[in-house]
Amino acid sequence: MTYVLAASIPDAITFVIAAAICVVGALGVVLARNPVHSALMLVMTLFGVAVLFVEEDAQFLAAVQVIVYAGAIVVLFLFVIMLLGIDQREAIERDPLPAQRPIAICLGILGLAEVLLLARGQWPSGARSVSGALGSPADNVQVIGRSIFTTYLLAFEVTSALLAVAVVGAVVLARRPRPGPGGNGAPLGAVVEPDAVIDDPGVAAPETGEAGTVDVETAGSEPGGGEPGGSERGGSERGGSERGVSEPSGELAHMEVIRP
Amino acid sequence: MSVAASWYLTLAAVLFTIGAIGLLVRRNVLVMFMCVELMLNAANLTFVTFARRLNDIAGQTAVFFVLVVAAAEVVVGLGIIVSIYRRRPGATADDIHGMKG
Repeated sequence: MTYVLAASIPDAITFVIAAAICVVGALGVVLARNPVHSALMLVMTLFGVAVLFVEEDAQFLAAVQVIVYAGAIVVLFLFVIMLLGIDQREAIERDPLPAQRPIAICLGILGLAEVLLLARGQWPSGARSVSGALGSPADNVQVIGRSIFTTYLLAFEVTSALLAVAVVGAVVLARRPRPGPGGNGAPLGAVVEPDAVIDDPGVAAPETGEAGTVDVETAGSEPGGGEPGGSERGGSERGGSERGVSEPSGELAHMEVIRP
Repeated sequence: MSVAASWYLTLAAVLFTIGAIGLLVRRNVLVMFMCVELMLNAANLTFVTFARRLNDIAGQTAVFFVLVVAAAEVVVGLGIIVSIYRRRPGATADDIHGMKG
């Protein structure tokens, strides 16, 4: 406590308040049952860290922290939560690994104690980097810009490639696979299952991929062999209304009949 | 005179520990992902603290690159999560135990 009090009063007050905001927000992320509450608590922690950045003369990083993290990343989290509709309580009753939580908490506290113990020792020393001194707080943007665009220019260029790869990867991953043999989603395999799960909420999700594939194949061959007349209508209408479970399978049978 | 660097490092260690425990304890994939962000922020705080302590701008530059990588990581990770939830709604981290589609 003596170190905090050794600082000037505004600095100490700012640090204590921002640290409390950070810790409360971090605990809220972990302890909140609702993922939306977790995301909002994450915003709280990010703002606290941004205040600490300002306190440590990193104004540019504080602005980027607020804009990128709180403005973009958390909004992305909230968007995915709302899109998937998973803002419900976490089922903690069914726990396959009962001993994991106590062990995890013990390990975490052990690691924290170890780090704090190490922090009481010697400070790290060694050669300075070649990117220059911090400069006055007013020159923060200028200094960090010069560092990025001279010393770390190659890393900055590679960053642009990384972002491009991330954009392409996100589009490929989150794209809805097109059902049917000619669709673009064909290489992913089991293209009918997502529609089966989404279209009919009463159906439980298939446990394995093999079961769903077998089901589709048998359903696809059924209308062609069993009912020669009117197989299209039987496959699409009756399969959707009466059987209920195999509604998308009926669609697949419909498409397979049409294709030749 | 500003607050000593050891207090910032202590705070960063606490934040990192909370994030690590949350990552191990929670089952919701999205919340686990948020805990990873928490740990990244703790590491950023350490970088900025050492940049001030050693009077070296390289720490802040490292934080800049960490921010970029974190943004890319979030985009790809959320894409994976969306595709997982599309295949099996309501999945937790325990349900994703195989690479079979």
